[in-house]
Amino acid sequence: MLKEYKTVQEIAGPLMLVEGVELAKYGEIVDIEMGDGTLRHGQILQVEKDKVLIQVFEGTEGIDVRDTTVRFLGKPMELAVSPDILGRVFSGTGQPKDGGPAILPKKRLNINGNPINPYARDYPNEFIQTGISTIDGLNPLVRGQKLPIFSGSGLPHDEITAQLARQSTVLGKGENFAVVFAAMGITFEAAQFFINDLTETGAIERAVLFINLANDPAIERIATPRVALTAAEYLAFEEDMHVLVILNDMTNYCEALREISAARKEVPGRRGYPGYLYTDLATIYERAGRIKGKKGSITMVPVLTMPEDDKTHPVPDLTGYITEGQIIMSRSLHRRGIAPPVDVLPSLSRLKDKGIGPNKTREDHADLYNQLYAAYARGKEAQELATILGEAALSAEDQKYMKFANEFEARYISQGYYENRTVFQTLDLGWELLSMFENVELKRIDIKLIEKYMPKFRAKQEQKTVELKKS
Amino acid sequence: MTEQKIGKIIKVAGPVVVAEGMTGAHMYDVVRVGEENLIGEIVELHGDRASIQVYEDTVGIGPGEKVVNTGAPLSVELGPGLISSIYDGIQRPLSALVEAQGSFIRRGSDIPGLPRNKKWHFHPTIQNGTEVRPGDILGEVQESTLVRHKIMVPPGVHGRLEGLSEGEFTVTDKIGAVKTKDGERVLTLMQKWPVRRPRPVHQRLNPNKILLTGQRVIDAFFPIAKGGTACVPGPFGTGKTVVQHQLAKWVDADIVVYIGCGERGNEMTDVLREFPELTDPHSGEPLMKRVVLLANTSDMPVAAREASVYTGITIAEYFRDMGLSVALMADSTSRWAEAMREISTRLEEMPAEEGYPAYLGARIASFYERAGRVICSGSPQREGALSIIGAVSPPGGDLSDSVVQATLHVVKVFWSLLARLAQQRHFPAIDWLTSYSFYKQYLAETFEDKDKGREFVQMTKEAMALLEQEAQLVEIVRLVGAEAISAADRMALETAKSIREDFLHQNAFHKVDTYTPIDKQYDMLSLILHFHRQGLAAIERGVETSDLFALPVREDIARAKYIDYAEAEKIRSIADKIDRQIKELYSSAAVQ
Repeated sequence: MLKEYKTVQEIAGPLMLVEGVELAKYGEIVDIEMGDGTLRHGQILQVEKDKVLIQVFEGTEGIDVRDTTVRFLGKPMELAVSPDILGRVFSGTGQPKDGGPAILPKKRLNINGNPINPYARDYPNEFIQTGISTIDGLNPLVRGQKLPIFSGSGLPHDEITAQLARQSTVLGKGENFAVVFAAMGITFEAAQFFINDLTETGAIERAVLFINLANDPAIERIATPRVALTAAEYLAFEEDMHVLVILNDMTNYCEALREISAARKEVPGRRGYPGYLYTDLATIYERAGRIKGKKGSITMVPVLTMPEDDKTHPVPDLTGYITEGQIIMSRSLHRRGIAPPVDVLPSLSRLKDKGIGPNKTREDHADLYNQLYAAYARGKEAQELATILGEAALSAEDQKYMKFANEFEARYISQGYYENRTVFQTLDLGWELLSMFENVELKRIDIKLIEKYMPKFRAKQEQKTVELKKS
Repeated sequence: MTEQKIGKIIKVAGPVVVAEGMTGAHMYDVVRVGEENLIGEIVELHGDRASIQVYEDTVGIGPGEKVVNTGAPLSVELGPGLISSIYDGIQRPLSALVEAQGSFIRRGSDIPGLPRNKKWHFHPTIQNGTEVRPGDILGEVQESTLVRHKIMVPPGVHGRLEGLSEGEFTVTDKIGAVKTKDGERVLTLMQKWPVRRPRPVHQRLNPNKILLTGQRVIDAFFPIAKGGTACVPGPFGTGKTVVQHQLAKWVDADIVVYIGCGERGNEMTDVLREFPELTDPHSGEPLMKRVVLLANTSDMPVAAREASVYTGITIAEYFRDMGLSVALMADSTSRWAEAMREISTRLEEMPAEEGYPAYLGARIASFYERAGRVICSGSPQREGALSIIGAVSPPGGDLSDSVVQATLHVVKVFWSLLARLAQQRHFPAIDWLTSYSFYKQYLAETFEDKDKGREFVQMTKEAMALLEQEAQLVEIVRLVGAEAISAADRMALETAKSIREDFLHQNAFHKVDTYTPIDKQYDMLSLILHFHRQGLAAIERGVETSDLFALPVREDIARAKYIDYAEAEKIRSIADKIDRQIKELYSSAAVQ
């Protein structure tokens, strides 16, 4: 028997206080029936004796103290799952939104999940080829990794996530692949762009979408990533699929969390975000991974927009401390028409060494990216110096590095959103760019590898100079 | 004390539960909450009302459910079986949890820290009838090939020893007894100790020996002492965790306790996967045979994270009491502080800076203060040391963060990680200009040959002076170009670069480079400085700097780090090569 109460005492912001409730449980889900019969959903945030504090997902607008009925469902929030969720579109709390039938559940899963026992985790070491040079070559992504994209307003993170969803494959394997997309407070246009892209490539059949748009209730966003990850866990660990989860945009999620925290009059941490933001984000991000004895995996790409491109803002900052690296977008590259505008130097994939090397990609991969990084960092310094002193004032060495940096940006970073490069094309391009340096300058590369791979590109380089002289 | 008091929940807010009817409860008593028996700890008392931090997820718990007081504070089990174990923050073995519950961690499990069915061979080293005092060594258990586990008289037990016998025992079997003035006290291989209370020692001493790590920038420039404290703050992506892992792998300690406090799950898996495969450079045995791991990843309950550093340090203290040198790594103490903040918020305490509780500084200080070199209590007399290396993750890499500042008040070694160095892929990204160590005075003593030790210290000073000089010169060169400064200054710049790239830069993933014995560090640094001195002499005689810098021997200096120290002669022979090649330049300079 479900318990119903008409004892709403207070409504403030997204919160509602109900009194006289017996046997309510922390985290329990409630149905809220308004005077006119419309139904809303909520979750218990705190119980104290018979007083229950509820957050209302759809917002409290129109709710009154007199006629509202609150029904306690006696269970935490759950998602109905079955293989049929593939190809469907749901709301931010997991209700069908595409006009299709309700899911016949094979299982109902608590959306909060459980932490993976670190001892049961399998280490991520399978290289994912994304077809994007700045990721495959310099910051390789592996299965089970969580690699966020730090973007800013007006930067093309939608294009790059779509490209990732379209192109990601594991070398030499045709395995069960699925995409779970959670939209939190993004615009209709952004969501539609992604859906259209999936539809055009046919990938929509293998995708599950959870959509909370900018004009949908903000509080609902708190549930959205958890609902999406519950679906992903089901597909990965029970249906043996390799799932790519895209969470867009985590900044909106954090703002919703802040709204709740403020309404509860909690002591705020930095910039008004609650002190438990780190823990809260961790319970989302840490749901990526692989588990020993299970075939599937969850790879996560959260997207977040940095207010004022500030990496030290609490949302990107705390995210960076949990995720295994970050891909940062650069406004200056974007302005210069370089796409995708990945800011190579501060970007990092912490698991890069695990997925590359002989039998995975190629033996020269690690040395090569170290050298490219070092040379580009040096070239960037030279570029900056040139803007202060003028190019002519640079030493010959600095000029060479600056030339390298320019070439690197024009050819390696810049590839457009529809070019799908194999990792070998990316590696060869690296050698080609480095061929402007003498062997002794390539300190980060094992001399044996230079002797093995470089001659081909040197010959090409020389041929080019000869041709140039002729003309 | 044994009587169980049952209270009733009246409030649930996240990880904090309030219960009434808790008469007779003490602060920090462990309680079991709700029908599922979740583990919690009392953190506040008002009359018979107790606020409890719960170590597990509280969803589905509500008012009216029972709370049972166990009457004892949060304690760890200390005895054979600790080594090679992997625990969560409150000493539940993760491998046993996988067997019991599957891949995900569920609530209300009750698996003891030490395996109950395993038998250990106990060999007494003391006669029955002896008057024993706390800390006296009763005998030994060979726990792993590297650890001879000393069984000690538990703190607080005085009296005559009776019935101690050799044999095969589980940790709960009686191995003997002590006749105390309050009656007989049964002895087992295992003892319990509350985590929040430091274990007693006979006397504390000042650290006086360097704890070698095989990491060049640390050993040569910013060494840590046995019994010392160090902190590694840095923004994300600067390689804090790699530094911690490197230390855990190579540090010259008998026992390593590694606390993954709010760490990434995948990183912890890396540790769990990698450590068993590594061999200890000092003994050739698998490294895991001297390691205890605690993993409380960031998605695991926050209260257990708060407890994990205490659990870890209590285990470390226990091994120290055996007269061993123990190194404890905590990654990261910021997550611990955040857990404290989160619980403080739920308790509705008045916050100090950045929402952290006012007692943050005191807690951090008393944690680091549990490090030290000590004379252990009990006989035979022995010396133990516990060193703490804590990582700090300040938001945005801002060193004015409360946790960093509170930590810097107490630690003696500071390794500052710089984002700029990490971006240049200079690892370990320890900034040589702002880092410091108060233990450098003991560095000379590390070498068997004291003269060599003093010489090494002199060399590191010279190298540091060159690096300082570089920092000043580099600005000038930026503005006026390298040609405008004197040849000697150019030489200094080049040598500083060589120190940075060929000495300070160390590749953790390279088979040989990952660990450098102190004698090899001496050889490497002396090569670089030898080239510097010979170079300066050559400049005096009119040799061009560009010719000097282009000498092929410089390649040999750069690659010295990859030479296995078994072939130390190869490294030393480079010095002759330097002399020869520079001499050749003399003749060409003379011709001109």
